Amino acid sequence: MKIGTPKEVFDGENRVAMTPDSARQLQKLGYECAVESGAGLAAGFSDAAYEEAGVEVVKTAAALWKEADIIAKVRQPNATELKRLNKEKTLISFFNPGGNEEGMALAKAKGANVIAMEMVPRISRAQKMDALSSMANIAGYRAVIEAGNNFGRFFTGQVTAAGKVPPAKVLVVGAGVAGLAAIGTSTSLGAITLAFDVRPEVAEQVESMGAEFVYLDFEEEGGDGAATGGYAPVQSDEFREAQLAKFRELAPEVDIVITTALIPNREAPELWTKDMVEAMKPGSVIVDLAAEKGGNCKLTVADEKIVTDNGVTIVGYTDFPSRMAAQSSSLYATNIRHMMADLTPEKDGQINHDMEDDVIRGATVTFEGEITFPPPPPKVQAIAAQPKKEVKELTPEEIRAQEVAAFKQQTKNQVTLLTVGAVLLLGVGLVAPASFMQHFIVFVLSVFVGFQVIWNVAHSLHTPLMAVTNAISSIIILGALMQIGSGSFLVILLAALSVFMTGINIFGGFLVTRRMLAMFQKS
Amino acid sequence: MDFGFTTAAYVVAAVLFILSLGGLSGQESAKRAVWYGIVGMGLAVFATLIGPGAGLWWLSILLIPAGGIIGYQLANRVQMTQMPELVAAMHSLVGLAAVFVGFIAHIELGRVLAMGAEEKKALEGFAKLLAKKDGVEIGILRVELFLGIFIGAVTFTGSVVAYGKLAGKLTSAATKLPGGHALNAGAAILSLITLIWYCNTGGFLPLAIMTIAALFIGYHLIMGIGGADMPVVVSMLNSYSGWAAAAIGFSLGNDLLIVVGALVGSSGAILSYIMCKAMNRSFISVILGGFGGAAGPAMEVEGEQIAIDADGVATALEEADSIVIIPGYGMAVAQAQQNVAELTRRLRAKGKTVRFAIHPVAGRLPGHMNVLLAEAKVPYDIVLEMDEINDDFPETDVSIVIGSNDIVNPAAQEDPNSPIAGMPVLECWKSKQVFVSKRGQGTGYSGIENPLFFKENTRMFYGDAKKSLDDLLTRIS
Repeated sequence: MKIGTPKEVFDGENRVAMTPDSARQLQKLGYECAVESGAGLAAGFSDAAYEEAGVEVVKTAAALWKEADIIAKVRQPNATELKRLNKEKTLISFFNPGGNEEGMALAKAKGANVIAMEMVPRISRAQKMDALSSMANIAGYRAVIEAGNNFGRFFTGQVTAAGKVPPAKVLVVGAGVAGLAAIGTSTSLGAITLAFDVRPEVAEQVESMGAEFVYLDFEEEGGDGAATGGYAPVQSDEFREAQLAKFRELAPEVDIVITTALIPNREAPELWTKDMVEAMKPGSVIVDLAAEKGGNCKLTVADEKIVTDNGVTIVGYTDFPSRMAAQSSSLYATNIRHMMADLTPEKDGQINHDMEDDVIRGATVTFEGEITFPPPPPKVQAIAAQPKKEVKELTPEEIRAQEVAAFKQQTKNQVTLLTVGAVLLLGVGLVAPASFMQHFIVFVLSVFVGFQVIWNVAHSLHTPLMAVTNAISSIIILGALMQIGSGSFLVILLAALSVFMTGINIFGGFLVTRRMLAMFQKS
Repeated sequence: MDFGFTTAAYVVAAVLFILSLGGLSGQESAKRAVWYGIVGMGLAVFATLIGPGAGLWWLSILLIPAGGIIGYQLANRVQMTQMPELVAAMHSLVGLAAVFVGFIAHIELGRVLAMGAEEKKALEGFAKLLAKKDGVEIGILRVELFLGIFIGAVTFTGSVVAYGKLAGKLTSAATKLPGGHALNAGAAILSLITLIWYCNTGGFLPLAIMTIAALFIGYHLIMGIGGADMPVVVSMLNSYSGWAAAAIGFSLGNDLLIVVGALVGSSGAILSYIMCKAMNRSFISVILGGFGGAAGPAMEVEGEQIAIDADGVATALEEADSIVIIPGYGMAVAQAQQNVAELTRRLRAKGKTVRFAIHPVAGRLPGHMNVLLAEAKVPYDIVLEMDEINDDFPETDVSIVIGSNDIVNPAAQEDPNSPIAGMPVLECWKSKQVFVSKRGQGTGYSGIENPLFFKENTRMFYGDAKKSLDDLLTRIS
C-alpha cells in the first residue's frame, strides 16, 4: 500500500506528517511512500531529501490524494480534502472529532476510515504514538522561548560589574506535558519557577523538574486524575476561589506567567483574571497556551500578541508547534510511524485495522461507513489509580519505640533459646559419661561457629559454598584411614572403598570450587 | 608419632576449615579461602596417616591419588550448568562412605568385645580405642554409629535420586509410591525399633534392616519432591552428609570429624533455611513435597500474550538506557549464558546500564545463576540480589526475563489465593517494558499461570533462549 502526505493547506501551518527519516522506517514496514511536492519545505525538508529517502514526489495535491491508500497529515482536513476520500482510503490526522460533526459526517459518507491522532488513549503502550503529548512538549518549550523574546530582562540572576540583575520569576499553571516542558525550559534558563496544578499528586513531578509547587490551603477530596484518562477533572467552586486567591497573591511578584490549563472538549477555564493582569508589573509577559480554546486569561486574543495598558504583554499564539516545524514534524512523523507499525503487525505493507486493539479502536473515529466516536472506555486501565490514603507517617518517637520493642523481642527470643539449650546440655551432662561430654562440647561449639560463619557467606557464593563443604565433608576419610589397618579382610575392603570414594570427593570438590571462584571477575 | 602431634594438627586443620568457610563472604577472599580448605584437608590426612591407629598406609597412599585422578577429571570436565548434578553425586559418595565406616566400626566393636582381656592388650589402632570403653560408653557408641549409618544411608540414596532428577535421568515431577508419607513414617518407626533392638543385642541383623529402611527413606523422600525444590534438597543433603560425618566422628572419638561434620551440617541447614524463606515456604512443606493447597480459586488472568520478534527487542534495547536481565533455569537448560554475557558486553559498550537480578531460588542449586554468569565472564558487581535491585525496577527501561517464570510471577503479590502467594518475587513488571524469552506458552514448574505474560508492557519473545539471543545478537552491533 502507499502512504501519502500532502502539503498542509491550513494557513501558516509549517509542519509535515512525513519526514525522510520516518519514510525510511515506513518502507521497512512494507509501504511505499509519497509526498506532495514542497510539502516539507517549510519544515526544512526539501523534495530532494525525500527523493533520496526513496519517497515518490507527486506534483499536485489532487494526484497525491488519488494515488495514496493511506493519507497521513497534520491539521484537521478541510471539506475539499475530505471529499477526496473514498472507502478504499484511510486518513490519519488530527481531526478534533469532538467539535467536527460535519467532518465526521463527510468522512462517513465517503466511507473512509479515519484515525484521529488526538484520540490515541493515554496508556503506556500508546505513548509512542501520543501526538498530543509530543506537540504539547514542543509548545511548552516554545512558550518559554516566546516569553523570553518578549521579556526585557534576563531569566537568570546575575551580579555584574554593571549592577545586580534579579532572576525572573516564572509561574506555570497546569503541570501537564506542556507545563512540565515549560518548567524544564524555564528552570534551565535560570529563572525561579513556580508551578501549580489542581492535581496535588503531580507535585512530585513538578519538583523533579526543579520548580516549586504552589500548594493551596484547601482540603478537598481531590479527583483522581486516573479516572479521567490522565486529565485534570473539573473542580468545585470553593476550590476555584482558593486557587484564584492564591494567584492574586502571586500576580504582583511574577514576571512571566505561562498558562496551560485545558479540559477536554470544554472551553478553557479562566484562571488569570483581568485584575491579576492589572496587578502585574509593567514588562511582564503572559503566554496563554490555551488561547485556541478561549484562553486561560480572558484578555488573550488568539493568534495575536497584545500589550495591555499597564504594559503587560499577552501572547496568544496557537501555532507553537508549527513555529518549530522541523522539530515538531520529526516528532509527529515518528508518532505516525508508530501508529502505522501497530496497524501493520505483519510488516507486509497491508493495513490490519484491528478494532479489538484498545489503541486503534480508541483513535478510530469513522470505520467502514460508521461513526465510531466516542470510543468505549479502554479495556485495560493503564494509569495506576492513585493510592487512596497515605500510610500515616511515624513520628521519630514511635519509630524509636518500635525499635526498642523489636530489640526486646529479639533479646527475649535469644535468652529463651540459650536457656533451653543450656538446660538440655546440662541434662545430657548428668547422664552421659565424661568421654562423651568432651566430644559433645566440641560438637555444640562447632555447630555454633558454623552458624556464625555461614550467615556471612555472600548469596552469589552459595554454589561454591556447597562445593567446598562437600569437599570438606570428605573428612570422613579420616575414619576410614584409622580403620583400614585394623582387622579382617572385610574391614580392609570397606575402608579401602571409603578412602577411594572420599579421595574422589576431596579432589573433585576442591578443584571444582577453585574453578568456579576463578571465574568471578570484577568489571 | 605420638598422639599430641595428631591432635595439634587437627586443631590447625579445624581452624583452617573455619577460615575456609568464613572466607566465602566475598568473591576475592574466597579465592584465598579455598586454599585454606585444601591445606587443612592435606594436613588432616597427613596427620592421620602418621598418627596412632593408622595401618596399611601404603594402601591409603595408593588409593587417595587414584580417587584424586578421577576427581580431577570430573572437576575439569563438568559443565557449569551440570554443577547441581555434580554436587548431588558427590554427596552420595560421602553418604556411602559414612555407611561403610559405620559398618566397619560395628564389625570392629564385635571383634573387640569377643576378645579376652589378654588379647585386648595386644590390640593396636582403632581397636585399642574400642577396647578401653566400658558398658555405658559402648551403648552410646552403638547409638552413634547407628545414627551415622542411618543418616549416611539416607544421604546416599537421596543424593542418587537428586542426581538422577537433576541430570534428567529420572522424572523431575514429584512421584510417590502408594501409601505416600505413611511409608516413610513406617520406615522411620522400623528404624527406631531396630535401634532399640541393636542397642540390646549388638547383632548385625537390626543394623542391616535399618540400613535398608534408611536407603528406602532417602529414595522415597527425594522422589516425592519436585524438580524445582532441588535447591532446598541439595543443600539439605549437604547438611545430612555433614551430620553423618559428625555422628561417625562421635563413634570414632575423632574431634576433627565432629568439628567438620558440624560445620558442614550447619552450613547446609542455613542454606536450606535461606532457600525456603526465599520461596516463602516452610522447610517441612518442601520436604514433604508438593505445594500446599490453595485457599480458593486462582485469580482469572485477563488479556493475551503478545509476541515480539528479535527486531522489536533490538529496537527497544537500542532505545533503553537502563536494562535488567533476569535469568532462570531456562537459561541454564539452553546453555545461553555465553550469549547473555555477549549481549551484556555489547550493551555496556554502548554506555547502557546493564544489571542482573538474581532471585535466591533461581536455578537448581543455591547460587546457580551466579556461577553460570561468572563462567560467561559477567562481572560480579553488576549481578545483584533480589533485595538490592527490586526497588530499581520502576526506573528501569527494559527488563529481560530469560527462562524464569515463578520468580517473576506477580500473582505472588496480587492474588492471595495463588499457591505462591507471599513468595518474594522480582518486580520486573514495574519496569517500562518487559521481554520474556520463553520456549512456549506453557506454565512454569509449579503449573501456575503467570499474569506477567499478559501485562500490557510485556512482550513474549518465543523460542529457545540460545537461538533467540543468537538472533538478537546479529541485530545489535
